[in-house]
Amino acid sequence: MDLHFGDSKPTDEERAAVDALLGPPESSWEGADRSDADLRWARGGRAARERRDLLLPGLHAVNDRIGWISEGALDYLCRRLTVPPAEAYGVATFYAMFSVKPRPATVLQVCTDLACAAAGASELCAGVEARLGLGSGVGVERSPCLGLCERAPAALAVKAGDPVRTAVSAPATVERAVLAASSPGSAPEEPSAALAVPQAGDPSLMLLGRVGVVDPASLDDYRAHGGYTALRQAFAIGPAGVIREVTDAGLVGRGGAAFPTGRKWQATASQPDHPHYLVCNADESEPGTFKDRVVMEGDPYSLVEAMTIAAYAVGAHKGYLYLRGEYPRALRRMEHAVGQARARGLLGDDVLGQGYAFDIEIRRGAGAYICGEETALFASIEGYRGEPRSKPPFPVEKGLFGKPTAENNVETLVNVLPILTGGASAYAAIGSGASTGPKLFCVSGSVDRPGIYELPFGATLGELLDLAGVRGGLRAVLLGGAAGGFVRPDELDIPLTFEGTRAAGTTLGSGVVLAFDDTVPLPRLLLRIAEFFRDESCGQCVPCRVGTMRQEEALHRIVERTGADAAADITLLREVGRAMKDASICGLGQTAWNAVESAIDRLGAYE
Amino acid sequence: MTVTTLGIPRRLLEFTLDGEPVRAPEGTTLLDACRSAGKDVPTLCQGDTLTPKNACRVCVVEVEGARTLVPACSRKAEAGMEVRTDTERTRHSRKVVLELLASSVDLSTTPEVAGWLKEYEAKPDRFGPDAARVDEEPRVDNDLYVRDYGKCILCYKCVDACGDQWQNSFAISVTGRGFDARIAVEHDGPLTESACVYCGNCIEVCPTGALSFKSEFDMRAAGTWDESAQTGTTTVCAYCGVGCNLTLHVQDNEIVKVTSPHDNPVTHGNLCIKGRFGYQHVQNRD
Repeated sequence: MDLHFGDSKPTDEERAAVDALLGPPESSWEGADRSDADLRWARGGRAARERRDLLLPGLHAVNDRIGWISEGALDYLCRRLTVPPAEAYGVATFYAMFSVKPRPATVLQVCTDLACAAAGASELCAGVEARLGLGSGVGVERSPCLGLCERAPAALAVKAGDPVRTAVSAPATVERAVLAASSPGSAPEEPSAALAVPQAGDPSLMLLGRVGVVDPASLDDYRAHGGYTALRQAFAIGPAGVIREVTDAGLVGRGGAAFPTGRKWQATASQPDHPHYLVCNADESEPGTFKDRVVMEGDPYSLVEAMTIAAYAVGAHKGYLYLRGEYPRALRRMEHAVGQARARGLLGDDVLGQGYAFDIEIRRGAGAYICGEETALFASIEGYRGEPRSKPPFPVEKGLFGKPTAENNVETLVNVLPILTGGASAYAAIGSGASTGPKLFCVSGSVDRPGIYELPFGATLGELLDLAGVRGGLRAVLLGGAAGGFVRPDELDIPLTFEGTRAAGTTLGSGVVLAFDDTVPLPRLLLRIAEFFRDESCGQCVPCRVGTMRQEEALHRIVERTGADAAADITLLREVGRAMKDASICGLGQTAWNAVESAIDRLGAYE
Repeated sequence: MTVTTLGIPRRLLEFTLDGEPVRAPEGTTLLDACRSAGKDVPTLCQGDTLTPKNACRVCVVEVEGARTLVPACSRKAEAGMEVRTDTERTRHSRKVVLELLASSVDLSTTPEVAGWLKEYEAKPDRFGPDAARVDEEPRVDNDLYVRDYGKCILCYKCVDACGDQWQNSFAISVTGRGFDARIAVEHDGPLTESACVYCGNCIEVCPTGALSFKSEFDMRAAGTWDESAQTGTTTVCAYCGVGCNLTLHVQDNEIVKVTSPHDNPVTHGNLCIKGRFGYQHVQNRD
């Protein structure tokens, strides 16, 4: 590789931001002053290229300190990592949270997605923009779902500097959002994670039982509340025993695909190629989803323990926690928990004195829904654009860095704890049919008590909405988020199981339940969903790249039309949607038409 | 190469193609198997010298048991597979994908696509006059080649050829995302400030004419480009001792562009700046 760099030089601050991550450069080959030794040896080559995965953290380092990524900063980072500048530029422009053009040091992201839109995000945006006009030093950006749906509308302020400051305002008023943006350092602490759990304190909760009960910063408190008994049990029964328990429990993935977790772990564990990796997908970006955030904020050690067990089962010694960039508090809590666990011998070379080595590295996403797709997530960690790969080969065979990888989301992993402490059969007795165990649901929209609910599989949609206190005039419920589907108010007896929702012609997806009353203009909502997919498509394959655009255009045309006036465009939407579902590379393109299709077919959105 | 290279002896797999039993060596892609069986499956982004990126999704076929259609160019044949290449479902997807492409970029210089549009009864106009298009001015910033992203289908072939698959210059990549994704050099600057070494291997693999010789671009603009009046003569490059094959495209006794045969086992169609662009001395008659 013959790298070419332009003339742009980094500023001292940009250089310092990169060096704080990578250490000072040693040689002129990577940006230091030339020394005598440089005439005789060349640093770089393979050793440097193997650090390619530090590209995303490097971009974060610059973006956090400066607020944007200049040519000089990008070139310096590339020199340090021997990454071609064209590729790094391609990566930097892929993520919504980065800018390669100058912008104010403070950026206020105002969520305009489904729950926030229903709660008045557009008025909030207009109000904030009126107050924070030119000269205020704050850039206002419209953002996709920030994962704060239970406190909609939401805004996130990020002020670049050393250290970077963030402040969340939710529920946001113009006043509070402006305050958060003008002094994020002194913004009031967010309300406790437990406030997102209306059932908090209920002793029967298996997954959320500790949220609001334990101190999320205290490892001792976690242990006092039953923490680390599951890991002890795992060591007692061995990796094969763990996989057997998880298989017998019937645990299936909670990210939406519902793949049997035991089978995934077994397939990873049995791969001859090494090393094996464990990846925890904490990039929940599905509009309406916030359960992983609440678990990480309220009970961070449970995820550390669960990841350790999963890694032990699949034979991995390194785990990556890929956490979405829009979750500053979850990031702080998880960083603290991982650090404490490491300091206390619960991570590291000798976990619990059992001679098993495992450590967790946290990787921060930078605003890209597609990175929740498992193979796109690998590409993102590896320092490439977050584009999905085609399968086969599957991740259990060739995953992160081309090695066997088990990837699970946060909710799936924390389910492993009650399986090991209570036994597989007790776990399998909960739920119904092929859906065993408890399930987390993210309820938001037109309800009195939005938040995360833990219910055994099999409860009906109506029962869940009763708990959340649905308001009068219910028009529609979106199940499974933007990639899911709408159901009608007369379908509330749908059982919330994978097979039950499938039988009803819809999907459980990631467990989103978004209620909309009859004041919400449905065509505008559908347009917002289409906009979301058009924004979030990675652009790799034609059906998704152009199809999401054509879908949005057609919905724009019929936003005020019904019946015969909309018929031709609906036919067009159906044809494009069918091709997107059939021919896209990954789940994003394949599901981008689901919600709109269900709104047309089940709700009669344009009749 | 559309023919599967055999290499070391490989096991023959048996599977069904449109109801007919066929046998193919292990590792054969469905596209190669289709072509060996004399079936025409259209494809835009597949390149004979590059690893398939399967981005265009024109070559999708139906595999029994698969939830979605699969790209024939990259999916390997497996024993017992049941593959159907010409069903209503595959034809529908191909038609829509061709419509999506033709409505968003200029395919006037893409070979074969006009025939496919007709064959699949694609009507790119039906998205209306306001359908978003990639309408960009051609970037003419050097004397050797022109980038016209209004014709680009983002097949990634130039990225792969410039990157780790051939040239190792890594001068181009994809930037942005979604409909705004574009091919660009670092910082989206001019070619002359980039890592480009002007090997022109990206032009060699470009399937749509988004990358073209400046000579071809100028002649097209002047209306003098006439492929039917051109002859191709393959010869050996005279610059160094490697012996790369050059195909000189000559119109009216002038070399108008230089390509290289892809089936050459040494170069696979790749050249350097001298072989690709250094032909003026041949026709310098002063």
